Amino acid sequence: MAAPELLNLGFEFVEIFAFIVLATVGLAVIFGMMGIINLAHGEFILVGAYATSFAVAAGLPLAVAMAVGVVATAAFGLVLERFIIRRLYGRLLDSMVVTWGISLVMIQLTRIAFGNTAPGVGIPFGQLPVVDGPVYYLVLAVIAVGVLGGLYALFTWTDFGVRARATMQDEETARSMGVDTDRMYMATFAIGSGLAGLTGALYAPVMTVTPEYGTSFLVESFVAVVVGGSSVLLGTILASGFLGTVNAAFTNLAGTFMGQVAMLVAAIVAIRLMPDGITGLLSDLREKWGESE
Amino acid sequence: MLELTNLRASYGKTPILRGVDVTVDEGEIVGVMGKNGVGKTTLIKAVVGLLEADEGTVVFDGEDVTDEPADVRARRGMGYIPQGRDVFPELTVEENLRMGETINEGDDRLQYEAVYDYFPILEERRDQEAGTMSGGQQQMLAIGRALIGNPELLLLDEPSEGVQPSIVQDITRDLRSVNEEVGTTICFVEQNLHVVQNLAERCYAIDKGEIVDELGPDRLESRDAVTEYLAV
Repeated sequence: MAAPELLNLGFEFVEIFAFIVLATVGLAVIFGMMGIINLAHGEFILVGAYATSFAVAAGLPLAVAMAVGVVATAAFGLVLERFIIRRLYGRLLDSMVVTWGISLVMIQLTRIAFGNTAPGVGIPFGQLPVVDGPVYYLVLAVIAVGVLGGLYALFTWTDFGVRARATMQDEETARSMGVDTDRMYMATFAIGSGLAGLTGALYAPVMTVTPEYGTSFLVESFVAVVVGGSSVLLGTILASGFLGTVNAAFTNLAGTFMGQVAMLVAAIVAIRLMPDGITGLLSDLREKWGESE
Repeated sequence: MLELTNLRASYGKTPILRGVDVTVDEGEIVGVMGKNGVGKTTLIKAVVGLLEADEGTVVFDGEDVTDEPADVRARRGMGYIPQGRDVFPELTVEENLRMGETINEGDDRLQYEAVYDYFPILEERRDQEAGTMSGGQQQMLAIGRALIGNPELLLLDEPSEGVQPSIVQDITRDLRSVNEEVGTTICFVEQNLHVVQNLAERCYAIDKGEIVDELGPDRLESRDAVTEYLAV
């Protein structure tokens, strides 16, 4: 393979990896940590994109507009958690039905309120000199890695993170340790929502923002969460790396459509072979090695 | 320190506690013993606030806390060790201990050194996931976690359950040391004869949700007096 082709393949991988990571992180926190199957995840992304688009149209600089998108989605998630979602913890099927309903209502409300498209947002930073693609995709990849690092730091090193993880594992015991678990659920859901909003905001410049905008992220996010398994961050990284590699390789060989098909086939095979996801398999292997030592 | 008056609590429509009166003075070690299913766990959950009382009062440190949620009571200084330990399995030992820092909010003296002195295994395994430890080690972790925040009152729900007898003896000895050295008041529910006789200074007997007897130090020494209320 010639150098330009290798560069293109590398760029393709970086672009798809960033897309899967950013599409997944919000869902990974809400589904992976909190056990809520949030079928309205795409519409949380939609809120971030619309808020960003309208903020840019109102004259705000892109970075500030994106921050508006994140804050608006986190606030939206906070309100939703407070009034609806908190009644659904531990009720997987109910959470699916309710969030699916929320998703349908939001798509139609968006169409009624704002029409079929949001104001356009230009792609910043221009084109790459060597590879056929915008610099912005590399920025997205850097942000994706930064988000993963930030989440790791938040949930591992801070008191908030330890308390949030403890609350999701055993709410009653966490409460008896003095943790206000209602507030933990609210804050964690707001973080997951804010991350979805960030994804919507970041992709507003490169995708047409319509009421169905969120559905473009749903397949990758759910597939990556399931393939990744129970460990939120490691699962997201490994699943994004695996699915991104397959998608990029086949996109490079046979086009975007075949890249998507190959990624979904790889996901089906992965779930068949690793029912608990990649991190579930790693955990089983670690236990076996621990026993044999 | 702790005063329960006519405490009644139920699960759904089934009444479990039928008017419990218990007093624990500062610095004491008080037990509540009884057979399976007589209301011991319900009693301790009602005290820590994990179960709402139907009637009666829970007074802690002179304040009526009956209507306060569990997290507020913990921040006032109640350290709780649940039945079956309930450590957070996917958190490391050290992260589990950090969870105890929220207990007794007003007192910012953290007891890491003391906890590691009582249970050196916790320091050795501070980076290990708690769920991978043995039952006895998890019990030590649960006690250590509750002690970290320097609680005024330590409440234990059957600390001997699922723990091998030699470890039960160690834990009993360590709890006595905590009481003597740190001055922590201890209240526990139990059906293990060894723990009741070797830990309690005074012990209530509970049956069918009611306190039916109170045993002082003399009667606690008599195996017959104690086994009358236990399934031994």
